[in-house]
Amino acid sequence: MMELLEMEPLRLLIFLGGLIAFAALNAAYLVWLERKVAAHIQCRIGPKEVGPFGLLQPLVDGIKLMSKQLLVPNGVDPYLFKVAPLLVLVPAVMSFVVIPFGENLAARNIDLGLLMIFAFASVNVLGLLLGGWGSGNKYAVISAARAVSQNVAYEIPMLITVISLVMVTHTMNLNEIVKQQEGMFWNWYIFRLTASPLMPVAFLIFFICSLAETNRAPFDLGEAESELIAGYHTEYSGMGFGVFFMGEYANMVIGASLATVLFLGGWQSPFGIGSGWWWFLLKVYALIFCVMWVRWTYPRTTLWGLLNLSWKVLIPISLFNLLLTGATIKVVSYLFGA
Amino acid sequence: MGKENLQSAIVQFAALDQLLALGRANSLWPMTFGLACCAIEMMAAGASRFDLARFGAEVFRPSPRQCDVMIVAGTISKKMAPAVQTLYDQMPEPKWVIAMGNCAISGGPFVFEGQYGIVEGADKLFPVDVFIPGCPPRPEALIEGILELEEKITGTRRWPRVEAG
Repeated sequence: MMELLEMEPLRLLIFLGGLIAFAALNAAYLVWLERKVAAHIQCRIGPKEVGPFGLLQPLVDGIKLMSKQLLVPNGVDPYLFKVAPLLVLVPAVMSFVVIPFGENLAARNIDLGLLMIFAFASVNVLGLLLGGWGSGNKYAVISAARAVSQNVAYEIPMLITVISLVMVTHTMNLNEIVKQQEGMFWNWYIFRLTASPLMPVAFLIFFICSLAETNRAPFDLGEAESELIAGYHTEYSGMGFGVFFMGEYANMVIGASLATVLFLGGWQSPFGIGSGWWWFLLKVYALIFCVMWVRWTYPRTTLWGLLNLSWKVLIPISLFNLLLTGATIKVVSYLFGA
Repeated sequence: MGKENLQSAIVQFAALDQLLALGRANSLWPMTFGLACCAIEMMAAGASRFDLARFGAEVFRPSPRQCDVMIVAGTISKKMAPAVQTLYDQMPEPKWVIAMGNCAISGGPFVFEGQYGIVEGADKLFPVDVFIPGCPPRPEALIEGILELEEKITGTRRWPRVEAG
C-alpha cells in the first residue's frame, strides 16, 4: 500500500476518489445524524422506519432529490444559477486536500496548508452570493447580502486568532502543527497556557467563528425560514439544493477538522500512545456533535446581534489575544532564553 | 384507494421504477404552510408525541421548490386561493397534495346557501391525492394520510391495515 502511495499519478487518483467519497458520505450521514440529534434533543425518535435506525434515510433522500425535477425558473441568470452550487461544493472538497487525517495521510503536505484552506473558504462566500443574485428572487438577494456581511465580519476574528496561533507554531504546515502537539493532552494548543494564557478563549473564538462561517444556527441568518423563505437556495430544486447542502456539510467538516488540527492535537492521542487517524475522526465528530447541539439548543440571533457580537466582542478579544501572545512569547524567550 | 386507480407511466424501468417509487415514498418533504386550525394539528404531528420524523417526512421545507407534498391544512378563502394555487404551481414534479380537514375537502362548516368567501374544497383548485376527514383531524389521522400516500406511490402498504370496529 505504501509503495502504491509513492507513485504520483496513482496517489493523486486514490486521494481524489477518497476525498470526494469522504465528502459525499459525510454530507449524507451528517444529515442523518443531524436529524437524529434534533429528534433526541426534542424528545422525539427521528427517522427509524427506513432501514435499521433509519440508516437508509440518506440514501432514500438522495434518490428522491436526484429524481426530482431540476427547475430553472424564468428570470434567473442561467449561468450563475447553475454555477453557484458547484462554487460552494468544490472549494470545500478542495480544502480537504491539505487536512492531515493521519501522520502520512494527507493528500498534499504543503507548507502553506493553513493559508490555502482560508483562501478556498473565501470562495465559498462567492458561491452563496452568486446563488442569491442569480436566482433573481428578492428573498435570495437579501439572504445573500446577509450571508456575505456575516462571513466578512467573522473571517476577521477567525484570521486574527489563527495569526496568533501561527506566531506560536512558526509554521502553516498543518502536519507540522499536529506534530508539535505530541505527547499528553496538555501539549495540545488549547491547553498550552505558556504560549498564551488565553488559548482556551482563542479556541472558543475560533469555534464560534467557524459556526458563523458555515452559516450554522444560531448564526443561520442566511436561511432564516421565518423571514426569508429558504434564503439563497429558495429557487433551487432537486439536486441543485442537494449540492448546496453537501457543500454546507463539507464546510462544517472542514471547520471541525481545522479546529481539531490547530487546537486539539489532530491525529495525536491524548495519552501519548496509539496515535492515528481514529483519534482525528473521533475529535472531529465530537466537535460536529457540539455544532449540532448548539444548533438545536439556541434560537437564531438577529442580524444586528450577530454583527455586534463580531465587531464589538470577538474582534477586540482576539486582538487582545494577539498582543498577549506576542508579549508572552517575548517574555518566555527572555526568561528562558529559548 | 389502491394502485388500480392509477394510470401507469408510459416509459417504465421495472426495478428502477420501484426503487424510485420507494425513494420518493420514504422521503416526502411537506411544505411549511398552514391555513387554519388544522395546521396546529400538523405541527403536533411533527412534535414529540407523534413524530412524523419516523417516516422521514419531518423535513418541512419553507420553499415550494424543495417540497414533495403540499398539506392543505385549513380553510381556503377565496382571497387566499390564488396564493395557494401559486404555491402548488411552484412545486417541481413529482408532487402530491394532501387535503387535511373538512374545510380543505369540501368547505366544511362554511358551506351554506349564499356563502361568498370560501373555496369549497382544495380539489376545486388542483388535483388532490389523499383526503383526511376530521375537524380538525388528529395527528394520527395525518400520519395515516401520509402512509396512504406512500401506498399510493409504491403500491404496497407499510403496515397491515387496522379495520375500524
